[in-house]
Amino acid sequence: MVNPKISTKNLNLWYGDYQCLKDVNISIPENAVTAIMGPSGCGKSTLLRVFNRLNDLIDGTRITGEVLLDEQDIYKDIKDVFSLRKKVGMVFQKVNPFPKTIFENVTYGLKIHGWKDKAKIEKRVQESIIDVGLWDEVKDCLHKNAFSLSGGQQQRLCIARAIAIEPEIILFDEPCSALDPISTAKIEQLMEELKEKYTIIIVTHNLQQAARVSDYTAFMLLGELIEFGETKKIFTAPKDKRTENYLTGKFG
Amino acid sequence: MRKQKEFIGLLGLRISIFVVVISFLAILVFISSKGFKVLNIEFLLAVPKDGMTKGGIFPAIVGTLYLCLGTIIVALPLGVLSAIYLIEYAACKRLIKTIRIGVSALAGVPSVVFGLFGLAVFVKFFDFGVSVLSGALTLGIMTLPVIIKASEEAILSVPKEFKEASFAIGATKWQTITKVVLPTALPGIITGTILGIGRAAGETAPILFTAVTFYQRLLPRSVFDEVMTLPYHIYALMTEGTAPEFQVPIAYGTAVVLLGLVMSINFVAILIRVKSRRAKKW
Repeated sequence: MVNPKISTKNLNLWYGDYQCLKDVNISIPENAVTAIMGPSGCGKSTLLRVFNRLNDLIDGTRITGEVLLDEQDIYKDIKDVFSLRKKVGMVFQKVNPFPKTIFENVTYGLKIHGWKDKAKIEKRVQESIIDVGLWDEVKDCLHKNAFSLSGGQQQRLCIARAIAIEPEIILFDEPCSALDPISTAKIEQLMEELKEKYTIIIVTHNLQQAARVSDYTAFMLLGELIEFGETKKIFTAPKDKRTENYLTGKFG
Repeated sequence: MRKQKEFIGLLGLRISIFVVVISFLAILVFISSKGFKVLNIEFLLAVPKDGMTKGGIFPAIVGTLYLCLGTIIVALPLGVLSAIYLIEYAACKRLIKTIRIGVSALAGVPSVVFGLFGLAVFVKFFDFGVSVLSGALTLGIMTLPVIIKASEEAILSVPKEFKEASFAIGATKWQTITKVVLPTALPGIITGTILGIGRAAGETAPILFTAVTFYQRLLPRSVFDEVMTLPYHIYALMTEGTAPEFQVPIAYGTAVVLLGLVMSINFVAILIRVKSRRAKKW
Protein backbone atom coordinates (compact mmCIF):
# COMPACT_ATOMS: atom_id res chain seq x y z
CA MET A 1 0.00 0.00 0.00
CA VAL A 2 1.17 3.53 -0.78
CA ASN A 3 2.41 5.90 1.92
CA PRO A 4 0.57 5.19 5.15
CA LYS A 5 -0.29 8.48 6.86
CA ILE A 6 -1.53 7.10 10.14
CA SER A 7 -1.48 3.52 11.29
CA THR A 8 -2.20 1.39 14.32
CA LYS A 9 -0.32 -1.62 15.64
CA ASN A 10 -2.03 -4.10 17.94
CA LEU A 11 -4.38 -1.41 19.16
CA ASN A 12 -6.66 -2.33 22.04
CA LEU A 13 -9.02 0.06 23.77
CA TRP A 14 -11.17 -0.36 26.85
CA TYR A 15 -13.89 1.84 28.32
CA GLY A 16 -13.68 0.67 31.92
CA ASP A 17 -13.95 -3.13 31.66
CA TYR A 18 -15.54 -3.11 28.24
CA GLN A 19 -13.16 -3.80 25.38
CA CYS A 20 -14.12 -1.63 22.45
CA LEU A 21 -11.26 -2.24 20.05
CA LYS A 22 -9.51 -5.60 19.72
CA ASP A 23 -6.07 -5.86 18.26
CA VAL A 24 -6.67 -3.43 15.41
CA ASN A 25 -3.95 -3.13 12.78
CA ILE A 26 -4.65 -0.66 10.03
CA SER A 27 -2.62 1.65 7.79
CA ILE A 28 -4.54 4.61 6.43
CA PRO A 29 -3.09 5.78 3.09
CA GLU A 30 -2.18 9.41 2.49
CA ASN A 31 -4.27 11.72 0.26
CA ALA A 32 -7.08 9.22 -0.11
CA VAL A 33 -10.51 8.71 1.37
CA THR A 34 -10.71 5.75 3.71
CA ALA A 35 -14.13 4.62 4.87
CA ILE A 36 -14.65 2.71 8.07
CA MET A 37 -17.95 0.89 8.05
CA GLY A 38 -19.73 -1.61 10.20
CA PRO A 39 -22.88 -2.05 12.27
CA SER A 40 -23.66 0.16 15.25
CA GLY A 41 -21.42 -0.51 18.23
CA CYS A 42 -18.64 -2.10 16.20
CA GLY A 43 -16.12 0.46 17.42
CA LYS A 44 -15.75 2.47 14.21
CA SER A 45 -16.37 5.84 15.88
CA THR A 46 -14.12 4.83 18.74
CA LEU A 47 -11.34 4.01 16.29
CA LEU A 48 -11.85 7.38 14.61
CA ARG A 49 -11.57 9.13 17.96
CA VAL A 50 -8.31 7.33 18.65
CA PHE A 51 -6.72 9.24 15.77
CA ASN A 52 -7.25 12.64 17.42
CA ARG A 53 -7.28 11.29 20.97
CA LEU A 54 -10.76 12.60 21.57
CA ASN A 55 -11.38 9.42 23.57
CA ASP A 56 -9.15 10.98 26.21
CA LEU A 57 -12.17 13.03 27.26
CA ILE A 58 -13.96 9.92 28.46
CA ASP A 59 -13.02 8.77 31.95
CA GLY A 60 -11.77 5.21 32.23
CA THR A 61 -10.43 4.92 28.69
CA ARG A 62 -7.38 2.67 28.47
CA ILE A 63 -5.27 1.99 25.42
CA THR A 64 -2.51 -0.45 24.50
CA GLY A 65 -0.60 -0.73 21.25
CA GLU A 66 0.76 1.92 18.94
CA VAL A 67 -0.79 4.65 16.84
CA LEU A 68 1.72 6.14 14.42
CA LEU A 69 1.24 9.45 12.65
CA ASP A 70 4.14 9.95 10.23
CA GLU A 71 6.06 7.46 12.35
CA GLN A 72 5.48 9.31 15.58
CA ASP A 73 3.45 7.55 18.27
CA ILE A 74 0.61 9.95 19.04
CA TYR A 75 0.21 8.53 22.53
CA LYS A 76 3.88 8.42 23.47
CA ASP A 77 5.95 10.72 21.23
CA ILE A 78 3.42 13.53 20.92
CA LYS A 79 3.06 14.70 24.47
CA ASP A 80 0.88 17.64 23.56
CA VAL A 81 -2.56 16.50 22.52
CA PHE A 82 -3.38 20.03 21.28
CA SER A 83 -0.69 20.02 18.61
CA LEU A 84 -1.90 16.57 17.56
CA ARG A 85 -5.40 17.92 17.09
CA LYS A 86 -4.01 20.77 15.03
CA LYS A 87 -2.82 18.12 12.58
CA VAL A 88 -5.94 15.95 12.83
CA GLY A 89 -9.20 17.83 12.36
CA MET A 90 -12.67 16.44 12.84
CA VAL A 91 -16.21 16.85 11.52
CA PHE A 92 -19.04 15.44 13.59
CA GLN A 93 -22.24 13.51 13.08
CA LYS A 94 -24.35 16.07 14.89
CA VAL A 95 -23.82 19.26 12.92
CA ASN A 96 -22.23 21.50 15.50
CA PRO A 97 -21.21 25.01 14.54
CA PHE A 98 -20.58 27.22 17.56
CA PRO A 99 -23.38 29.65 18.43
CA LYS A 100 -21.24 32.44 17.01
CA THR A 101 -21.09 34.19 13.66
CA ILE A 102 -20.03 32.37 10.50
CA PHE A 103 -16.77 34.33 10.53
CA GLU A 104 -16.05 33.58 14.20
CA ASN A 105 -16.66 29.88 13.61
CA VAL A 106 -13.85 29.76 11.08
CA THR A 107 -11.49 32.02 13.05
CA TYR A 108 -11.98 29.97 16.21
CA GLY A 109 -9.22 27.46 15.45
CA LEU A 110 -6.91 30.16 14.10
CA LYS A 111 -7.18 32.17 17.31
CA ILE A 112 -6.75 29.05 19.42
CA HIS A 113 -3.50 28.39 17.61
CA GLY A 114 -2.24 31.92 18.08
CA TRP A 115 -3.02 33.70 14.80
CA LYS A 116 -2.99 37.46 15.44
CA ASP A 117 -2.63 39.23 12.09
CA LYS A 118 -6.10 40.38 11.05
CA ALA A 119 -5.40 40.47 7.32
CA LYS A 120 -3.95 36.95 7.38
CA ILE A 121 -6.90 35.68 9.40
CA GLU A 122 -9.38 37.21 6.97
CA LYS A 123 -7.55 35.73 4.01
CA ARG A 124 -7.48 32.29 5.60
CA VAL A 125 -11.18 32.47 6.47
CA GLN A 126 -12.01 33.31 2.88
CA GLU A 127 -9.82 30.49 1.54
CA SER A 128 -11.39 27.97 3.88
CA ILE A 129 -14.94 28.97 3.03
CA ILE A 130 -14.11 28.95 -0.70
CA ASP A 131 -12.60 25.48 -0.33
CA VAL A 132 -15.85 24.10 1.04
CA GLY A 133 -17.86 25.78 -1.72
CA LEU A 134 -19.76 28.02 0.64
CA TRP A 135 -18.31 31.40 -0.27
CA ASP A 136 -20.95 32.55 -2.73
CA GLU A 137 -23.69 31.61 -0.29
CA VAL A 138 -22.28 33.37 2.76
CA LYS A 139 -19.94 36.12 1.57
CA ASP A 140 -22.55 38.79 2.31
CA CYS A 141 -23.54 37.47 5.71
CA LEU A 142 -20.26 36.45 7.34
CA HIS A 143 -21.29 38.21 10.53
CA LYS A 144 -24.63 36.49 10.86
CA ASN A 145 -25.12 33.69 13.34
CA ALA A 146 -24.05 30.31 11.99
CA PHE A 147 -27.44 28.88 12.93
CA SER A 148 -29.08 31.03 10.29
CA LEU A 149 -27.62 28.64 7.68
CA SER A 150 -29.30 25.44 6.49
CA GLY A 151 -28.16 22.09 7.89
CA GLY A 152 -26.02 21.27 4.87
CA GLN A 153 -24.45 24.72 4.88
CA GLN A 154 -23.76 24.40 8.60
CA GLN A 155 -21.96 21.11 8.02
CA ARG A 156 -19.84 22.67 5.28
CA LEU A 157 -19.08 25.53 7.67
CA CYS A 158 -17.92 22.93 10.20
CA ILE A 159 -15.62 21.51 7.52
CA ALA A 160 -14.32 25.03 6.83
CA ARG A 161 -13.71 25.44 10.55
CA ALA A 162 -11.71 22.20 10.57
CA ILE A 163 -9.58 22.96 7.49
CA ALA A 164 -8.88 26.59 8.46
CA ILE A 165 -5.99 25.50 10.65
CA GLU A 166 -4.59 23.39 7.80
CA PRO A 167 -4.66 19.93 9.32
CA GLU A 168 -3.09 16.93 7.60
CA ILE A 169 -5.92 14.52 8.31
CA ILE A 170 -9.67 15.16 8.54
CA LEU A 171 -11.86 12.72 10.41
CA PHE A 172 -15.52 12.58 9.38
CA ASP A 173 -17.84 10.88 11.87
CA GLU A 174 -20.99 10.06 9.87
CA PRO A 175 -21.04 13.62 8.51
CA CYS A 176 -24.16 13.21 6.40
CA SER A 177 -26.46 11.20 8.64
CA ALA A 178 -28.49 14.30 9.54
CA LEU A 179 -28.52 15.80 6.03
CA ASP A 180 -30.80 15.64 3.03
CA PRO A 181 -29.64 13.88 -0.19
CA ILE A 182 -28.63 17.10 -1.97
CA SER A 183 -26.50 18.33 0.94
CA THR A 184 -25.07 14.83 1.24
CA ALA A 185 -24.07 14.86 -2.43
CA LYS A 186 -22.33 18.21 -1.96
CA ILE A 187 -20.34 16.97 1.02
CA GLU A 188 -19.37 13.78 -0.78
CA GLN A 189 -18.16 15.79 -3.76
CA LEU A 190 -16.27 18.05 -1.39
CA MET A 191 -14.44 15.06 0.10
CA GLU A 192 -13.35 14.08 -3.38
CA GLU A 193 -11.77 17.54 -3.77
CA LEU A 194 -10.33 17.69 -0.26
CA LYS A 195 -8.35 14.47 -0.60
CA GLU A 196 -5.92 16.29 -2.88
CA LYS A 197 -4.67 18.18 0.15
CA TYR A 198 -5.74 16.06 3.07
CA THR A 199 -5.94 12.48 4.22
CA ILE A 200 -9.58 11.70 4.86
CA ILE A 201 -11.11 9.08 7.12
CA ILE A 202 -14.87 8.74 7.16
CA VAL A 203 -17.00 6.61 9.43
CA THR A 204 -20.30 5.66 7.90
CA HIS A 205 -22.86 2.96 8.13
CA ASN A 206 -24.23 3.91 4.78
CA LEU A 207 -22.77 1.29 2.44
CA GLN A 208 -23.55 3.20 -0.73
CA GLN A 209 -21.78 6.22 0.70
CA ALA A 210 -18.70 4.16 1.49
CA ALA A 211 -18.75 2.76 -2.03
CA ARG A 212 -19.23 6.18 -3.61
CA VAL A 213 -16.68 8.28 -1.76
CA SER A 214 -13.89 6.04 -0.60
CA ASP A 215 -10.74 4.68 -2.16
CA TYR A 216 -10.17 2.25 0.69
CA THR A 217 -12.66 0.58 2.97
CA ALA A 218 -12.32 -1.01 6.37
CA PHE A 219 -15.01 -3.29 7.73
CA MET A 220 -15.31 -3.63 11.48
CA LEU A 221 -17.36 -5.95 13.63
CA LEU A 222 -17.54 -6.13 17.43
CA GLY A 223 -14.34 -4.16 17.89
CA GLU A 224 -12.31 -6.12 15.38
CA LEU A 225 -11.05 -5.04 12.00
CA ILE A 226 -12.39 -7.79 9.78
CA GLU A 227 -11.17 -6.65 6.41
CA PHE A 228 -9.37 -3.69 4.91
CA GLY A 229 -8.45 -2.94 1.33
CA GLU A 230 -9.31 -1.08 -1.82
CA THR A 231 -12.97 -0.22 -1.90
CA LYS A 232 -13.50 -1.85 -5.30
CA LYS A 233 -12.12 -5.14 -4.07
CA ILE A 234 -13.99 -5.09 -0.76
CA PHE A 235 -17.29 -4.45 -2.48
CA THR A 236 -16.84 -6.83 -5.41
CA ALA A 237 -14.83 -9.63 -3.92
CA PRO A 238 -14.74 -9.57 -0.12
CA LYS A 239 -12.38 -12.15 1.31
CA ASP A 240 -14.16 -12.63 4.60
CA LYS A 241 -17.56 -14.30 4.83
CA ARG A 242 -18.70 -11.77 7.45
CA THR A 243 -17.93 -8.82 5.15
CA GLU A 244 -19.90 -10.46 2.40
CA ASN A 245 -22.85 -11.09 4.72
CA TYR A 246 -22.83 -7.47 5.83
CA LEU A 247 -22.58 -6.12 2.29
CA THR A 248 -25.43 -8.32 1.10
CA GLY A 249 -27.60 -7.15 3.97
CA LYS A 250 -27.73 -10.43 5.94
CA PHE A 251 -27.18 -8.37 9.11
CA GLY A 252 -26.58 -4.76 9.91
CA MET B 1 -68.54 9.45 40.25
CA ARG B 2 -65.49 9.95 38.07
CA LYS B 3 -66.94 13.16 36.69
CA GLN B 4 -67.57 14.48 40.18
CA LYS B 5 -63.98 13.74 41.15
CA GLU B 6 -62.75 15.57 38.11
CA PHE B 7 -65.01 18.51 38.92
CA ILE B 8 -63.72 18.69 42.50
CA GLY B 9 -60.13 18.42 41.35
CA LEU B 10 -60.52 21.20 38.81
CA LEU B 11 -62.33 23.35 41.36
CA GLY B 12 -59.38 22.90 43.74
CA LEU B 13 -56.96 24.02 41.03
CA ARG B 14 -59.09 27.03 40.19
CA ILE B 15 -59.44 28.09 43.83
CA SER B 16 -55.67 27.80 44.33
CA ILE B 17 -54.78 29.96 41.36
CA PHE B 18 -57.51 32.42 42.34
CA VAL B 19 -56.07 32.79 45.85
CA VAL B 20 -52.56 33.26 44.43
CA VAL B 21 -53.60 35.92 41.95
CA ILE B 22 -55.83 37.71 44.45
CA SER B 23 -53.13 37.87 47.13
CA PHE B 24 -50.65 39.27 44.63
CA LEU B 25 -53.14 41.85 43.37
CA ALA B 26 -54.19 42.69 46.93
CA ILE B 27 -50.61 43.49 47.92
CA LEU B 28 -50.15 45.58 44.82
CA VAL B 29 -53.41 47.52 45.21
CA PHE B 30 -53.13 47.97 48.97
CA ILE B 31 -49.54 49.23 48.89
CA SER B 32 -50.15 51.44 45.87
CA SER B 33 -53.35 53.01 47.20
CA LYS B 34 -51.57 53.98 50.39
CA GLY B 35 -48.31 54.99 48.75
CA PHE B 36 -49.28 56.75 45.54
CA LYS B 37 -50.31 59.94 47.36
CA VAL B 38 -46.71 60.79 48.24
CA LEU B 39 -45.21 59.69 44.94
CA ASN B 40 -43.85 62.45 42.75
CA ILE B 41 -40.58 63.47 41.17
CA GLU B 42 -39.45 65.31 44.30
CA PHE B 43 -40.10 62.17 46.37
CA LEU B 44 -37.74 60.22 44.11
CA LEU B 45 -35.04 62.88 43.83
CA ALA B 46 -34.93 64.70 47.19
CA VAL B 47 -33.35 63.82 50.51
CA PRO B 48 -35.51 63.28 53.60
CA LYS B 49 -36.33 66.47 55.51
CA ASP B 50 -37.63 67.54 58.92
CA GLY B 51 -36.87 64.37 60.84
CA MET B 52 -38.07 62.09 58.05
CA THR B 53 -41.52 63.62 57.91
CA LYS B 54 -41.01 65.35 54.56
CA GLY B 55 -38.82 65.24 51.49
CA GLY B 56 -37.85 62.27 49.40
CA ILE B 57 -36.00 58.99 49.46
CA PHE B 58 -33.24 59.61 46.92
CA PRO B 59 -30.39 58.43 49.19
CA ALA B 60 -32.27 55.19 49.89
CA ILE B 61 -32.76 54.50 46.17
CA VAL B 62 -29.10 55.19 45.46
CA GLY B 63 -28.04 53.08 48.46
CA THR B 64 -30.10 50.11 47.32
CA LEU B 65 -28.66 50.37 43.80
CA TYR B 66 -25.11 50.57 45.21
CA LEU B 67 -25.70 47.48 47.29
CA CYS B 68 -27.14 45.61 44.30
CA LEU B 69 -24.14 46.53 42.20
CA GLY B 70 -21.77 45.55 45.01
CA THR B 71 -23.56 42.25 45.42
CA ILE B 72 -23.15 41.46 41.73
CA ILE B 73 -19.46 42.35 41.84
CA VAL B 74 -18.95 40.08 44.84
CA ALA B 75 -21.20 37.16 43.97
CA LEU B 76 -21.13 36.83 40.19
CA PRO B 77 -17.45 35.95 39.71
CA LEU B 78 -17.36 33.78 42.83
CA GLY B 79 -20.55 31.97 41.82
CA VAL B 80 -19.60 31.42 38.19
CA LEU B 81 -16.07 30.27 39.02
CA SER B 82 -17.42 27.87 41.67
CA ALA B 83 -19.92 26.45 39.19
CA ILE B 84 -17.18 25.97 36.58
CA TYR B 85 -15.04 24.19 39.13
CA LEU B 86 -17.85 21.93 40.30
CA ILE B 87 -18.88 20.91 36.80
CA GLU B 88 -15.72 20.94 34.74
CA TYR B 89 -12.85 20.32 37.13
CA ALA B 90 -13.74 18.73 40.46
CA ALA B 91 -12.88 15.06 40.12
CA CYS B 92 -13.65 13.73 43.60
CA LYS B 93 -17.36 12.80 43.64
CA ARG B 94 -17.45 12.96 47.42
CA LEU B 95 -16.01 16.46 47.51
CA ILE B 96 -18.53 17.67 44.90
CA LYS B 97 -21.37 16.18 46.92
CA THR B 98 -20.14 17.81 50.12
CA ILE B 99 -19.80 21.18 48.43
CA ARG B 100 -23.29 20.87 46.91
CA ILE B 101 -24.78 20.07 50.32
CA GLY B 102 -22.91 23.07 51.73
CA VAL B 103 -24.26 25.35 49.02
CA SER B 104 -27.83 24.11 49.60
CA ALA B 105 -27.41 24.61 53.32
CA LEU B 106 -26.20 28.14 52.66
CA ALA B 107 -29.42 28.75 50.72
CA GLY B 108 -31.43 27.67 53.76
CA VAL B 109 -29.73 29.96 56.27
CA PRO B 110 -32.14 32.64 57.60
CA SER B 111 -31.19 36.06 56.34
CA VAL B 112 -30.75 37.57 59.80
CA VAL B 113 -28.04 35.00 60.46
CA PHE B 114 -26.20 36.30 57.41
CA GLY B 115 -26.55 39.72 59.01
CA LEU B 116 -24.92 38.54 62.24
CA PHE B 117 -22.18 36.76 60.28
CA GLY B 118 -21.51 39.93 58.28
CA LEU B 119 -21.34 41.97 61.47
CA ALA B 120 -18.85 39.59 63.08
CA VAL B 121 -16.66 39.00 60.04
CA PHE B 122 -16.78 42.01 57.70
CA VAL B 123 -17.73 44.82 60.07
CA LYS B 124 -15.64 43.76 63.07
CA PHE B 125 -12.96 41.25 62.07
CA PHE B 126 -11.94 42.83 58.75
CA ASP B 127 -12.84 46.21 60.21
CA PHE B 128 -14.72 47.41 57.12
CA GLY B 129 -17.22 49.01 59.52
CA VAL B 130 -20.89 49.47 58.74
CA SER B 131 -20.47 50.16 55.04
CA VAL B 132 -21.48 49.45 51.47
CA LEU B 133 -18.57 47.02 51.32
CA SER B 134 -19.67 44.98 54.35
CA GLY B 135 -23.27 44.97 53.14
CA ALA B 136 -22.37 43.93 49.60
CA LEU B 137 -20.14 41.13 50.89
CA THR B 138 -22.90 39.88 53.20
CA LEU B 139 -25.59 40.06 50.51
CA GLY B 140 -23.13 38.51 48.06
CA ILE B 141 -22.62 35.45 50.22
CA MET B 142 -26.36 35.21 50.72
CA THR B 143 -26.93 35.32 46.94
CA LEU B 144 -24.14 32.86 46.09
CA PRO B 145 -26.26 29.69 46.20
CA VAL B 146 -28.72 31.11 43.68
CA ILE B 147 -25.94 32.15 41.31
CA ILE B 148 -24.02 28.88 41.68
CA LYS B 149 -27.16 26.84 41.02
CA ALA B 150 -28.17 28.96 38.01
CA SER B 151 -24.64 28.87 36.59
CA GLU B 152 -24.36 25.11 37.05
CA GLU B 153 -27.61 24.56 35.21
CA ALA B 154 -26.63 26.96 32.44
CA ILE B 155 -23.22 25.31 32.02
CA LEU B 156 -24.73 21.82 32.04
CA SER B 157 -27.17 22.79 29.31
CA VAL B 158 -24.35 23.64 26.88
CA PRO B 159 -24.43 20.78 24.33
CA LYS B 160 -21.44 18.46 24.60
CA GLU B 161 -21.07 18.70 20.81
CA PHE B 162 -19.87 22.31 21.20
CA LYS B 163 -17.20 21.23 23.65
CA GLU B 164 -16.12 18.30 21.48
CA ALA B 165 -15.82 20.58 18.46
CA SER B 166 -13.63 22.94 20.45
CA PHE B 167 -11.39 20.17 21.79
CA ALA B 168 -11.16 18.56 18.36
CA ILE B 169 -9.78 21.78 16.92
CA GLY B 170 -7.01 21.74 19.51
CA ALA B 171 -8.38 24.03 22.22
CA THR B 172 -7.38 23.49 25.83
CA LYS B 173 -9.99 22.95 28.48
CA TRP B 174 -9.68 26.53 29.68
CA GLN B 175 -10.00 27.93 26.15
CA THR B 176 -13.05 25.75 25.61
CA ILE B 177 -14.65 26.97 28.81
CA THR B 178 -13.95 30.67 28.25
CA LYS B 179 -14.60 30.80 24.51
CA VAL B 180 -17.42 28.31 24.03
CA VAL B 181 -19.01 27.14 27.28
CA LEU B 182 -19.34 30.46 29.10
CA PRO B 183 -20.60 32.55 26.17
CA THR B 184 -23.21 29.88 25.46
CA ALA B 185 -24.23 29.66 29.11
CA LEU B 186 -24.16 33.41 29.70
CA PRO B 187 -27.87 34.23 29.25
CA GLY B 188 -28.78 31.55 31.79
CA ILE B 189 -26.14 32.77 34.22
CA ILE B 190 -27.26 36.38 33.91
CA THR B 191 -30.93 35.51 34.34
CA GLY B 192 -30.18 33.57 37.52
CA THR B 193 -27.96 36.33 38.83
CA ILE B 194 -30.54 39.04 38.25
CA LEU B 195 -33.24 37.01 40.01
CA GLY B 196 -30.86 36.58 42.95
CA ILE B 197 -30.12 40.30 42.99
CA GLY B 198 -33.85 41.07 42.94
CA ARG B 199 -34.15 39.02 46.10
CA ALA B 200 -31.14 40.73 47.69
CA ALA B 201 -32.45 44.20 46.86
CA GLY B 202 -35.47 43.68 49.08
CA GLU B 203 -33.64 42.16 52.06
CA THR B 204 -33.43 44.04 55.34
CA ALA B 205 -31.95 41.62 57.84
CA PRO B 206 -28.54 40.98 56.21
CA ILE B 207 -27.78 44.69 55.91
CA LEU B 208 -29.33 45.73 59.22
CA PHE B 209 -26.03 45.46 61.10
CA THR B 210 -23.65 45.65 58.17
CA ALA B 211 -24.53 48.51 55.82
CA VAL B 212 -27.44 50.74 56.68
CA THR B 213 -27.95 53.94 58.50
CA PHE B 214 -31.16 55.60 59.57
CA TYR B 215 -30.52 58.95 57.99
CA GLN B 216 -27.96 60.37 55.65
CA ARG B 217 -27.94 63.79 54.06
CA LEU B 218 -25.14 63.14 51.60
CA LEU B 219 -24.70 60.17 49.31
CA PRO B 220 -21.97 57.66 50.20
CA ARG B 221 -18.65 58.72 48.72
CA SER B 222 -16.74 55.47 49.11
CA VAL B 223 -17.40 51.80 49.76
CA PHE B 224 -16.55 52.43 53.40
CA ASP B 225 -19.52 54.78 53.88
CA GLU B 226 -22.82 53.60 55.28
CA VAL B 227 -25.94 53.92 53.16
CA MET B 228 -29.67 54.32 53.40
CA THR B 229 -31.66 51.61 51.64
CA LEU B 230 -35.30 51.22 50.63
CA PRO B 231 -36.25 48.20 52.75
CA TYR B 232 -34.55 49.56 55.85
CA HIS B 233 -36.04 52.99 55.26
CA ILE B 234 -39.51 51.43 55.44
CA TYR B 235 -38.57 49.62 58.63
CA ALA B 236 -37.13 52.78 60.19
CA LEU B 237 -40.11 54.94 59.29
CA MET B 238 -42.53 52.44 60.82
CA THR B 239 -40.60 51.80 64.02
CA GLU B 240 -38.78 55.00 64.86
CA GLY B 241 -39.67 58.67 64.91
CA THR B 242 -42.43 60.57 66.51
CA ALA B 243 -44.73 61.61 63.69
CA PRO B 244 -46.40 58.50 62.33
CA GLU B 245 -49.09 60.50 60.55
CA PHE B 246 -46.38 61.84 58.19
CA GLN B 247 -44.05 58.86 58.27
CA VAL B 248 -46.48 56.06 57.42
CA PRO B 249 -47.46 57.46 53.98
CA ILE B 250 -43.77 57.93 53.18
CA ALA B 251 -43.15 54.30 54.19
CA TYR B 252 -45.84 53.12 51.80
CA GLY B 253 -44.49 55.36 49.06
CA THR B 254 -41.07 53.82 49.65
CA ALA B 255 -42.65 50.36 49.44
CA VAL B 256 -44.13 51.22 46.04
CA VAL B 257 -40.70 52.30 44.80
CA LEU B 258 -39.09 49.13 46.19
CA LEU B 259 -41.76 46.95 44.57
CA GLY B 260 -41.30 48.78 41.30
CA LEU B 261 -37.53 48.32 41.48
CA VAL B 262 -37.67 44.60 42.28
CA MET B 263 -40.30 43.98 39.63
CA SER B 264 -38.28 45.81 37.00
CA ILE B 265 -35.23 43.76 37.94
CA ASN B 266 -37.22 40.55 37.50
CA PHE B 267 -38.69 41.86 34.28
CA VAL B 268 -35.19 42.38 32.87
CA ALA B 269 -34.36 38.78 33.78
CA ILE B 270 -37.47 37.51 32.03
CA LEU B 271 -36.68 39.63 29.00
CA ILE B 272 -33.17 38.18 28.72
CA ARG B 273 -34.53 34.67 29.10
CA VAL B 274 -37.16 35.11 26.41
CA LYS B 275 -34.66 36.69 24.05
CA SER B 276 -32.04 33.98 24.51
CA ARG B 277 -34.64 31.23 24.10
CA ARG B 278 -35.66 32.74 20.82
CA ALA B 279 -32.05 32.90 19.64
CA LYS B 280 -31.34 29.35 20.78
CA LYS B 281 -31.40 26.96 17.86
CA TRP B 282 -29.51 23.91 19.04
